[in-house]
Amino acid sequence: MSLTYQIVVCGSIVPDPLQTLEPITSPAGPTLKNEMMLPAVLDPWAGHALFEAANLAKNSPGSKVWLVSLGPKAKLQQVMMTVAQKVPFELVALDGPAGGFTDATETAAVLAEAIQAIPGLDKSKLLIFGGWESASRGAGATLQLVGERLGILDQFQGVDQLVVNADGSLEILERIEGGRHQVAKCAGAPALLGWATGNLPEPKNNPQVGMVNMRTVMPALQKAKPVTFAGDGGSFTTVALPKQTRATQIVKDKSPDAIAREIVEWIKQ
Amino acid sequence: METILVLLHTEADGSLAKSAREAMHAAATLHKELAGSQYIVGLVGENVQAAANSIGACPATKYLGVSGGDFAQPRYATDAAAAEAICRAAQATVVVAAATARWARVLSGVAQRLGGCADTHVTEVGAADGKISLHRWYYRQRMEGTLTRTQRPWVIGLDPGSQAACGCDAGMATVVPVAVSLPEAAKRTTVTGIREPKADAQTIRPDSPLLFVTGAGWTKKQSDGQAHLADAEKLILDFLKKSRASLGSSKSLVDLSGEGQSVLPFLSHLNQVGQTGATPRHAKGLSTCCHGEEPHTVGWRFINERRAISLDPNCGWARGKADVLYVADAFQVMSKVNELLAANT
Repeated sequence: MSLTYQIVVCGSIVPDPLQTLEPITSPAGPTLKNEMMLPAVLDPWAGHALFEAANLAKNSPGSKVWLVSLGPKAKLQQVMMTVAQKVPFELVALDGPAGGFTDATETAAVLAEAIQAIPGLDKSKLLIFGGWESASRGAGATLQLVGERLGILDQFQGVDQLVVNADGSLEILERIEGGRHQVAKCAGAPALLGWATGNLPEPKNNPQVGMVNMRTVMPALQKAKPVTFAGDGGSFTTVALPKQTRATQIVKDKSPDAIAREIVEWIKQ
Repeated sequence: METILVLLHTEADGSLAKSAREAMHAAATLHKELAGSQYIVGLVGENVQAAANSIGACPATKYLGVSGGDFAQPRYATDAAAAEAICRAAQATVVVAAATARWARVLSGVAQRLGGCADTHVTEVGAADGKISLHRWYYRQRMEGTLTRTQRPWVIGLDPGSQAACGCDAGMATVVPVAVSLPEAAKRTTVTGIREPKADAQTIRPDSPLLFVTGAGWTKKQSDGQAHLADAEKLILDFLKKSRASLGSSKSLVDLSGEGQSVLPFLSHLNQVGQTGATPRHAKGLSTCCHGEEPHTVGWRFINERRAISLDPNCGWARGKADVLYVADAFQVMSKVNELLAANT
């Protein structure tokens, strides 16, 4: 049975994890110091979702991948220069805030609207992908809200594997407690999958893929719809870096035997 | 006046997990802090009476339940429908639930259906002067924030392990059944099983008091110029077997397999702690051969007592982050630790 899918990946950008982050208060609420100056990357779990989507599309001829991404246009452009070289997709860009202190409900509303506006969208072929949590807000909420707005009742979070069975059903492995996976069988599209790490390594940059993608990425960025949020989702009392510096006792001159005894005693306390 | 609903789901054997009791503790505390508030328990599962009786002495004034074969399986469509129905029946303004895999899958969706709002990964919740506020982390545990909301209903997902568990005694609970009409579309997904390593190969133990974190140093060349992967594997597995610790790993070690290097075969992304992995909660943590500054160290953000073994006295993973840093060869130390543990058993 040959199946085709329309796979829409929701994925935003986050500051490069190696950057030092510092919260500040702005008139619109908390934000990051020098947020627009920080180098950005595609949200890691959303990246896994994108690579899994591309792999599924490759194995299901006739399928297509869209990447719906909300973020400041300039930052999106910077990130797309790299991401576009990884796998084939068509970008749907939304020019708006992507920080961790924005509200998931407002974010989901504009993402769902953008998905519904994709020309020729066929819900019977639709798979919504994304990271199960972002590396910014980290709530695991946005995809669920998008799914609700699109009326998708088959939702999965912490997905590490998707197998399309011969009868078109989907076998999905979701992370659950204790390092285990729940195995579920879904009748087929439409479905929503919030990906964890999946099974695929990050693809190497492919300039040819990049050239093909950039034909649509640049126009998509140029016509990116501006998005503003009312920001009435919640009121922050404090946002701060944790004060957790410990007075580390450095033990340099003990033998392995002595250290081992100390560790075993500590474990047993 | 707030109506506080704590949402609980039963486990496969019909019992309640510790995380459910943690949610109850948080909800009961809110109830105490909010004068005039109402406290209701909502249960979902194949059969909820035994679970309700197990907490029958709790201060809730009402028990609502959705039960039946359709609600035995943790799946979005049926769990969301059940939770929505209970929230509506309770006319809840605040909904508290443990963010187990089952509830985390649906809580935000339920809030959307109710026209409310949701906050997840909450680590503290409380009320003062009639105003509820909660505490959660942002940017993968790198900064923390406290917020409040006026929108209701407010669905609050608590991180398991972040709260004390309530010690409610058992009693006879009268569960008011809540009817849920499920369309056929809600049954397109069937849970077919659980996939897990064999009991003796399971290295992730959330209930263990100790997290053992392994870093990429275990795979590097040692003082003799050779890597000793077989020795590393034996030492780590021996330690896990004897100590019953839970195993965490740095991203770099897990990722090595993707780069074609020989790695420790029992490690997977499920073991990964840190920026793109888990931030588990354990009483103690022992790290070995781990390196790196923030953000990698968020992997043991929620470990109370921390010790590290590293050859680098200035290692950013340990200095300022651990209580004790042993500057030593982890191969030698862990070998001795295993000998001592074996002798003590």
